[in-house]
Amino acid sequence: MTVQLKTAQNPRGPRPRRILNPTRLMIYGVLIVAALYYIMPLWVMVMTSLKGMPEIRLGNIFSPPMEVTFEAWGKAWNTACTGLQCEGLKVGFWNSVQITVPSVVISIIIASVSGYALSFWKFKGSETYFTILIFGSFIPYQVMLFPLVMICRELGIYGTLSAVILVHTIFGMPILTLLFRNYFASLPEELFKAARVDGAGFWGIFFKVLVPMSTPIFVVAVILQVTGIWNDFLFGVVFAGTKNWPMTVQLNNIVNATQGVKEYNLNMAATILTGLVPLTIYFISGKLFVRGIAAGAVKG
Amino acid sequence: MAHAGKPNPLFRNLTAKVATLPMVVTALVVFVGCSLWTVVYSFTASRSLPVNDFVGFKQYDRLFSTSRWDQAVGNLLIYGILALIISFVVGFVLAAFLDQKIRWEDTFRTIYLYPFALSFIVTGVVWQWILDPGLGLQSAVRSLGWDSFTFNLIASPKTVIYALLIAGIWQGTGFVMVLMLAGLRGIDEDIWKAARVDGIPAWKTYLMIIVPMMRGVMVTALVIVASGIVRLYDLVVALTDGGPGFASDVPAKYVFDHLFARANLGQALAGSTMMLLSVLIIVVPWAYLEFGRKKGR
Repeated sequence: MTVQLKTAQNPRGPRPRRILNPTRLMIYGVLIVAALYYIMPLWVMVMTSLKGMPEIRLGNIFSPPMEVTFEAWGKAWNTACTGLQCEGLKVGFWNSVQITVPSVVISIIIASVSGYALSFWKFKGSETYFTILIFGSFIPYQVMLFPLVMICRELGIYGTLSAVILVHTIFGMPILTLLFRNYFASLPEELFKAARVDGAGFWGIFFKVLVPMSTPIFVVAVILQVTGIWNDFLFGVVFAGTKNWPMTVQLNNIVNATQGVKEYNLNMAATILTGLVPLTIYFISGKLFVRGIAAGAVKG
Repeated sequence: MAHAGKPNPLFRNLTAKVATLPMVVTALVVFVGCSLWTVVYSFTASRSLPVNDFVGFKQYDRLFSTSRWDQAVGNLLIYGILALIISFVVGFVLAAFLDQKIRWEDTFRTIYLYPFALSFIVTGVVWQWILDPGLGLQSAVRSLGWDSFTFNLIASPKTVIYALLIAGIWQGTGFVMVLMLAGLRGIDEDIWKAARVDGIPAWKTYLMIIVPMMRGVMVTALVIVASGIVRLYDLVVALTDGGPGFASDVPAKYVFDHLFARANLGQALAGSTMMLLSVLIIVVPWAYLEFGRKKGR
């Protein structure tokens, strides 16, 4: 951060017009202070995970480790105890993968088709259903939780992966449908009309005209869904069943276990491991992620 | 479903109707059906299983006379109002600053937004560690020589809600900022030129011209952030588990505990009906304005 500050005072830009005046100094100051607040937890996480417990007990969470050890990482992945099992976070990792992949694929297929139908194939009542759907995204999950548990029991899938996947598909629908509907609605209608004149039908237009030109919005949807589903806690803990608990549930069990000595380095290693998938996606897709939320939102 | 022969308007765009079936089913069965079920059974004396023993408003009487519920509602109000105000103000200020042709704009933005990619469980666990009174931020500052430094939000029932707030703001503000930035970028340069020609100071241009022009973005952000706040649950579980005592309880957690741990279905459903009701009070006027006025595409 200090490095940034130094260079900020000596801009090497092409135009000398942009010399730092007090206002710009203030702007940079605010931005940097805010950046420190946002970065601090990540720093603390990484530093703590690399320390040994004796060093942690000495006390400064901000100081870098005097002796770097990856022991906590190995323990978190392989042997950390969640409840009675001590097989580490890797179990939760694979559960999360098994939950996330099908949920993302299914929810995006369904929502993209719905969004497409809503923007080009309006029928009587279609907007009403959409309104209900958007309303639905406001309803707190707790309101629908128990009936859904009953439905899943009735279907015989309660406590299995299928149940979580079903629930993720349902609750991903409002935001994704909105995203696709807004995106498709922003495309010129002439495109649709031309395809109609050429004799393309519902699926023809969707697959041959819209899907090929909608890669960005699909990528955005994948990013949103992978992050959202990977980070879910509530549905995992309720619907998946103990055996299939996702990583977030296991992380919470490890950290907030009531018995045993608290191993903060292990906790932080486990935390980073749990956050690693969404973080990686975020850092790789950064610009698209941003462009995506903006595209989905601005059209409103 | 389809019987051929009738020239029925029902069958116009039949494929589209079939294709949107999952959406329709979700809307009707889950969002309407399940919500109604919850409302209806909140008037029963159900314990661990739903029963048809209707007892009127008894569950609600008990709910409102429970201090834990009052606490939970109060907490959510404090958290919700402050979180909305802070994330919108900070989000807008950061966006406006980033919009000033800043060097390393992408770096700043990446830093502000990354917590949004993390789950509330991760957020809660990290902040629990940072706010740990024994080994966290407080002890770190004290070890620098400021012995009386006190930053112990988690342990005190009076301040624990602000611990949630700090963590929640950290996680969500970047998202608001990105939306605001997109809104700012969508505004015509000419507006700025006109304002400058008229000699209007920048802050006034923002407040009087730009913000009203960004109404659409603001509403979208509000919708998304507000719906996130109402279902606040994971963060509480990970950061404080509702403690100390019930000092950081929230309605969602009250409901969850009564649904599963306490097997008191009637109470849980009454609680969730109240959550539903408060959401409707907020959302219905907005939806009426948004969807009622705008017609067609």
